[in-house]
Amino acid sequence: MKAYLTKRYWLSASHRLHSEKLTEEQNRATYGKCNNPYGHGHNYAVEVTVGGQIDPASGMICDLGELDCVVAREVLERFDHQNLNCLPEFREAVPTSENLCKAIYQILQPRFRAAHLEKVRLEETSMNSFEYSGGEEIDR
Amino acid sequence: MHYKIKYMDSSRAALAQNDTSRVIARSGTRRETSTMIYLTRKCEFSASHYYHSPELSAEENLRLYGKCANLNGHGHNYTLEVTVRGEVDPTNGFVIDLKDLKEIMNREVVETLDHRHLNKEIAEFARRNPTTENIAVYIWRRLEPELKVAKLHRVRVYENHDLFVDFLGEA
Repeated sequence: MKAYLTKRYWLSASHRLHSEKLTEEQNRATYGKCNNPYGHGHNYAVEVTVGGQIDPASGMICDLGELDCVVAREVLERFDHQNLNCLPEFREAVPTSENLCKAIYQILQPRFRAAHLEKVRLEETSMNSFEYSGGEEIDR
Repeated sequence: MHYKIKYMDSSRAALAQNDTSRVIARSGTRRETSTMIYLTRKCEFSASHYYHSPELSAEENLRLYGKCANLNGHGHNYTLEVTVRGEVDPTNGFVIDLKDLKEIMNREVVETLDHRHLNKEIAEFARRNPTTENIAVYIWRRLEPELKVAKLHRVRVYENHDLFVDFLGEA
């Protein structure tokens, strides 16, 4: 029996959306308030979905404690209460939620092997969210 | 490099606020308007449970299940989301009559599991841990044969706000 388990985590971080490829004016036009030179912040919700067979002995897809540990160590410690623009993950890329969602997926994918990483969903606010599945279509 | 990202705006959040939501998926490959509708209804039940594997020692149970291994049990307010899919009936405009879906969910899930101790009162869980994964499979098996007009698409069980399991009937 294959099932999918989703766990939700929280991290708070600041960022400024600004592209070196654009002029000051183009940056202001593209990013609006998000281009404020002093930055601003969000409480991000990170939803991690893993899939796999339900182990008949334990009744679980994987040890949830292990998932919590990997997410805490690799994602929350790295991004929580940080300025995203100062981190190596965003030296080249603009720290939009698209890029943060993709970065979290790429950090977790090789580090959590107990079940298949299906998807990372990132809520920047309760009004918008982003999903990344390694480039695969998402149809569930 | 693969890079496809799905973006949702507030309309999905707004749908999630309601007990019932209808999502329309249009076939992009067929010329005629074949419209598959996905309809989701929510309900809640509260139950107690614990996790225990008899083949493991007390220490191993504690290590594997943590606080959930306490044999006195503990409880949750579960939220169930049932998604069905089908074509819209041209006469009544429904994919399923919501009264019927509500009645099936109440009978098969709420009346069976609400305010129960899952390990002690539900035969399915006498020897099988009532994990969120197994509860989702159990609910699927009860609902699937009852749904005739629209097909069961997904069972989603929230143990709490931050943890849920999806089961789509996959082997």
